[in-house]
Amino acid sequence: MNRSHRTRMSRAAAFCAVATAVTMTAAACGGSSGGGGGSSGGASATGITKTQILIGSHQPLTGPAAPGYSEIAPASNAYFSYVNAHGGVNGRKIVYKYLDDGYNPANTSSVVRQLVLQNSVFAVFNGLGTPTHAAVVNFLNAQKVPDVFVASGCLCWDQPQTAPWTFGWQLDYVREGKILGQYVAQHFKGKKVGYFYQGDEFGLDGVKGLDYEIPKSMVVSRQTYQPTNVNIGPQVAALKAAGAQVVVSFAIPAFVALLKLATLKLAYNPAFVVSNVGTDPLTLGGLLEAFAKKSGATVSGNTLTNGIITDGYTPSIGDATNSWVALFKKVHDQYDAQAPFDGNVGYGMAVAYTFVQAMVKAGKNPTRASLVAAIQNGLPQGVASAPWAYSSSDHSGATGAYIGVITNGVIVAQGPVLTTDTTPAGAITTFSGTQAPAPASGIPSP
Amino acid sequence: MIDRLTDRRTERGAPPARTLWRHLFGAALLAVILLAVTYKANSFRDFQIAEIAYYVVAVAGLTILIGLSGQISLGNGAFMAVGAYSAALLIIHLNWPVIAVLFAAAAVTALVGAVIGVAAARLRGPYLAGATLIFAVAVPSLAFKYVSLFGGDQGLSVNVTVPAGLGANFPLTRWQAWITCAAAVVTLFLLANLAHSRIGRNWRAIRDDEVAAALAGVNVARLRVLAFVVSAASAGLAGALLAITTGLVAPTGFTLALSIGLLTAAVVGGLGSLAGAVWGSLVLVFLPTYATDVATSHGLSSTAGANIPIVAYGVALIAVMLAFPHGIQGGLRQLAAFATGTRHRRADSPHPPVAGSPDGSTPASEHQEGGPV
Repeated sequence: MNRSHRTRMSRAAAFCAVATAVTMTAAACGGSSGGGGGSSGGASATGITKTQILIGSHQPLTGPAAPGYSEIAPASNAYFSYVNAHGGVNGRKIVYKYLDDGYNPANTSSVVRQLVLQNSVFAVFNGLGTPTHAAVVNFLNAQKVPDVFVASGCLCWDQPQTAPWTFGWQLDYVREGKILGQYVAQHFKGKKVGYFYQGDEFGLDGVKGLDYEIPKSMVVSRQTYQPTNVNIGPQVAALKAAGAQVVVSFAIPAFVALLKLATLKLAYNPAFVVSNVGTDPLTLGGLLEAFAKKSGATVSGNTLTNGIITDGYTPSIGDATNSWVALFKKVHDQYDAQAPFDGNVGYGMAVAYTFVQAMVKAGKNPTRASLVAAIQNGLPQGVASAPWAYSSSDHSGATGAYIGVITNGVIVAQGPVLTTDTTPAGAITTFSGTQAPAPASGIPSP
Repeated sequence: MIDRLTDRRTERGAPPARTLWRHLFGAALLAVILLAVTYKANSFRDFQIAEIAYYVVAVAGLTILIGLSGQISLGNGAFMAVGAYSAALLIIHLNWPVIAVLFAAAAVTALVGAVIGVAAARLRGPYLAGATLIFAVAVPSLAFKYVSLFGGDQGLSVNVTVPAGLGANFPLTRWQAWITCAAAVVTLFLLANLAHSRIGRNWRAIRDDEVAAALAGVNVARLRVLAFVVSAASAGLAGALLAITTGLVAPTGFTLALSIGLLTAAVVGGLGSLAGAVWGSLVLVFLPTYATDVATSHGLSSTAGANIPIVAYGVALIAVMLAFPHGIQGGLRQLAAFATGTRHRRADSPHPPVAGSPDGSTPASEHQEGGPV
């Protein structure tokens, strides 16, 4: 190794060290000047000023989960804009900063830390996804940041002991499985039942609920799929070979569509019972038409989805006569018109409405603790078809749903709202109350 | 005789003592600077430093593999997954201390790397890329296959606590930054030495001309496998650091996009250059956040803004490749050389050979992926 080489290497090494140091120092300085975000301005709580409430979220705006789910946050934001235009919450406007995590937990860790440590948000609202949100639950609870209305039906958000700042919102998959399972047990008595479900938490929790209600002897086949493998031919053939007359499915819309098309190809015509996640008629119909087109066939989404049995825990978005749907349509047309008016948009508006309810209850000068206390003291039913579970010992969300059948692209409610718990023996009861219509102002009152 | 002996020792063993000391000094300097920076920075910046540090470890391993040994890997994201799951399982089930976990994760991944390397040593170019690509796609789906062990889609939660000795109010993010930075500095130090050792020179010989290297007595197959092992161990260590930093190991964190991201970081930084690995990692971490902030502050909606980082990433890649074909580090060297008026050229120099120039335009230098550090 000659002399000049050594000097060159030495210079390179030194340069490397100095360059790294300079960049990191720049980063550090950027941190001290760019920090803050809402901690000043009169009110005491982080993220709250006299004029605004800053909340944040992680959403799959790009990546595999983006189609459909990327509509949710803009819809929530549209509802917040509506509330802001009508005076806000106790005079404060809600500012909703949602960042893309591409449905990747490593990115979720990063963007949520940015929101909490850098932007000083008051709360994290409706963080989407089970694996993604699981990456930040410990962090949010350690930081004592309200982590409200997680967008996932995993039971894992209901842990008031270890995660006192975290709250679920949507109907969890076990309760949903029980409600669908009871329907199957009662309405398809003596028929052979096959399961088709996603091989993860979502599918497994759903099947747990189904198994609580459907006698083991009725279930002739259990087929799983991985969201990364679209070849589900073998599973569908197995369901047909087992003679399943009813196929119960916990699957995302794309795989419900693939399932339906695969059965058509095999001239196999079972009855379909599908979880709420997979049955937004607009999404499902669109997927069916797109997939069929790829293989050179023309189908009508509405015809193919007809008769699929599902459930709903908020009013069906296709029910134009419902006051909640009318409210959401009004907000959608005014603030979010470029998005299709589908189940994802309805979901985003409904969860935003629930958040405003909680903020209203949290008092004139809300704090992080008062928000959590407000939710634990119970929220008015509002947009949900059944009461919320919220208490100091229960952080799961919706407790019940109605059974619905897709008819001409609309989920039509069949029968009453049913409520239940997550235990194997817990009874499924008919909800005796009625859901109040949406407030005329469109904004929850104290 | 004594002369010959010392000669042989320097040939066989680690780099000459002066190089070793220089690298040691550089590492110590870097460590001191990073320590100071983590004290100055706020929690979020500490977290970002930790992120950069684990990317540096992964990209450094990859840049050595591609830039020095001339083998491409699209599977280093999967190696990170192996390291991350190893770390998570050791922490959850055996409650091992962090240091032991890091070593074990690197060792386990090195073992996997050896197996993949043996297969990879038989493949070239696009076939090698394809084989490692399959590895990248296959590994995350194992988590769905063995749900009880790997936790399926939900993944495994990893909880790291600050050692009691540092006091109750010591921020966790700073502790995480320390662990990752320490690991990054040690990795860079070891890789820099390796690149300057006989092994590093042999790798470059293989990269430039396999047949010539074999004729000169270099064991081509063994060294190609070794490069994979080193690269895998780095990726495994990076995966373990990722697990400790983000607190969760889930299959969605190790998609193909991660492997491609590491590759682009290595290319943007400058293939074969460890300093380039640092630049590439800085781009990986800062570019998305910065691009999103710029986009949304100019009135773009969050949804539209979310697509900007992807665009920015592509633009940055094209711009760097057009302006500095040897990455950021190569470009900086060119600028430095231009400023000082000196023009160093060596067989593996990062400067592109200028046609008809008096030096370095031999056919052997067509594989000029860049110099070592």
